[in-house]
Amino acid sequence: MNAVFLRYLESIGKQNIGKFSFFHQSASLNEIRKMARLRVVDNSEIGKRAMAEGKPPRCIHVYNKKGVGTIGDIVLVAIKGEKKKAVLVGLKQNQNPKVPKYDSNNIVLIDDNGTPLGTRIHVPIPTILRTILKEKTHAKGAEYTKLLGIASKFV
Amino acid sequence: MYQTTRCVFKSKLNLKNVFRVCSTAAETATTTKEQERITSEGIRKKFTEYRYIYPEFLPSPEIKFRNAIREKLERKDMVARRTQIAIPEFYVGSILSVLTSDLHSPGKTEKFVGICIKREGCGLRAKFILRNVIDHEGVEVLYEMYDPTIQKIEVLRLEKRLDDELLYLRDALPEYSTFDVNMEAELLTEGAPVPINPIKIKLKPRPWLERWERKNLQGVEEINVPQHLWDRAAKSAKPWEKYDLMKTYMNTIPEEEQIEIFDEVKTQLQKLEITRKKMKRKRTFVKPTKLA
Repeated sequence: MNAVFLRYLESIGKQNIGKFSFFHQSASLNEIRKMARLRVVDNSEIGKRAMAEGKPPRCIHVYNKKGVGTIGDIVLVAIKGEKKKAVLVGLKQNQNPKVPKYDSNNIVLIDDNGTPLGTRIHVPIPTILRTILKEKTHAKGAEYTKLLGIASKFV
Repeated sequence: MYQTTRCVFKSKLNLKNVFRVCSTAAETATTTKEQERITSEGIRKKFTEYRYIYPEFLPSPEIKFRNAIREKLERKDMVARRTQIAIPEFYVGSILSVLTSDLHSPGKTEKFVGICIKREGCGLRAKFILRNVIDHEGVEVLYEMYDPTIQKIEVLRLEKRLDDELLYLRDALPEYSTFDVNMEAELLTEGAPVPINPIKIKLKPRPWLERWERKNLQGVEEINVPQHLWDRAAKSAKPWEKYDLMKTYMNTIPEEEQIEIFDEVKTQLQKLEITRKKMKRKRTFVKPTKLA
């Protein structure tokens, strides 16, 4: 069936695909799942280079049980052929009252101990991260609250 | 037709103008009565404006959500909240600053300045969305109007736009939603009508978050999309809906009911308005600074 459909598409010409709605189009959910593209907002070398080259990192794992990242969640990203951990610091998705919603999905790269790779974050950071990251930090585990120290602005 | 006559009659009843209608009083009393009529007309006009100034006092027109007792209790709570903080008159397109106490950093407050792009909800669930571009990043915050953590709502620029919702600012160039965080409040003369900003904004090229070509937007410069999208927009348009009286009736609160609702809260609202004006006039104390 699929092959037949593809042949049909070829027969009518590729430029026509956009012209008629063959595919159901609904508004995207903007969820951070595996393969979601993200935007690095700190000034780490690798992050800056990846964004400048137009190769934004992709989420390859979300460290929670739902598989969908929400604000303050830790994700594993593929960035310039490397695997790095990152914190979601701003999402496109609709948020609760008083929690800011951003125009892009922002991350800050961290290492395994929770120390940010960059030294500055150049977009505003939601204040709710103070609580969320504090809860995520374990006594002997990673210290995620270090990220708050390099933030330039809070919203 | 029947409804309008009914509502006019009801409003007259409410304003005790019935005497004027059915009185056979002497001619001498006409001047005072005329005056009375004019003032009551003025009051009536004011109350018809209340539906725009305090839209959240009107309940949801959805029948399954109606509950007279709950609505009454909510109105009471809303007035009680308004005695604590001033919730000013504002519209979609006005620039607001909201000061909230921050749960996440105790003892501190958080201030957000932005343009109101949407207003929704009735009663205590009234909400609005502010949008601003900070450090080249678009940020939106949804506030609940009767949220007890809000310390101050200030209107920095009171104006309206050509559309009821400005959600298209998300797909517009960032300069249209960039506002100075340290903006000073602009003063409007007392009693002047709320100005309408006729600005036409420019959208970014597609892809967009919504199909703006279908929304009949007034505040947007001409939209450049391929012809087949215009054709589809024409196909999905429902130009007859504005003539659907039943639909309008189901989506609005009838005028007689509105008058009833605002009759209930008007005295308190007026009192609050007067105290707010007084507070505004009162000169704020500025601590003198030592020079050199």
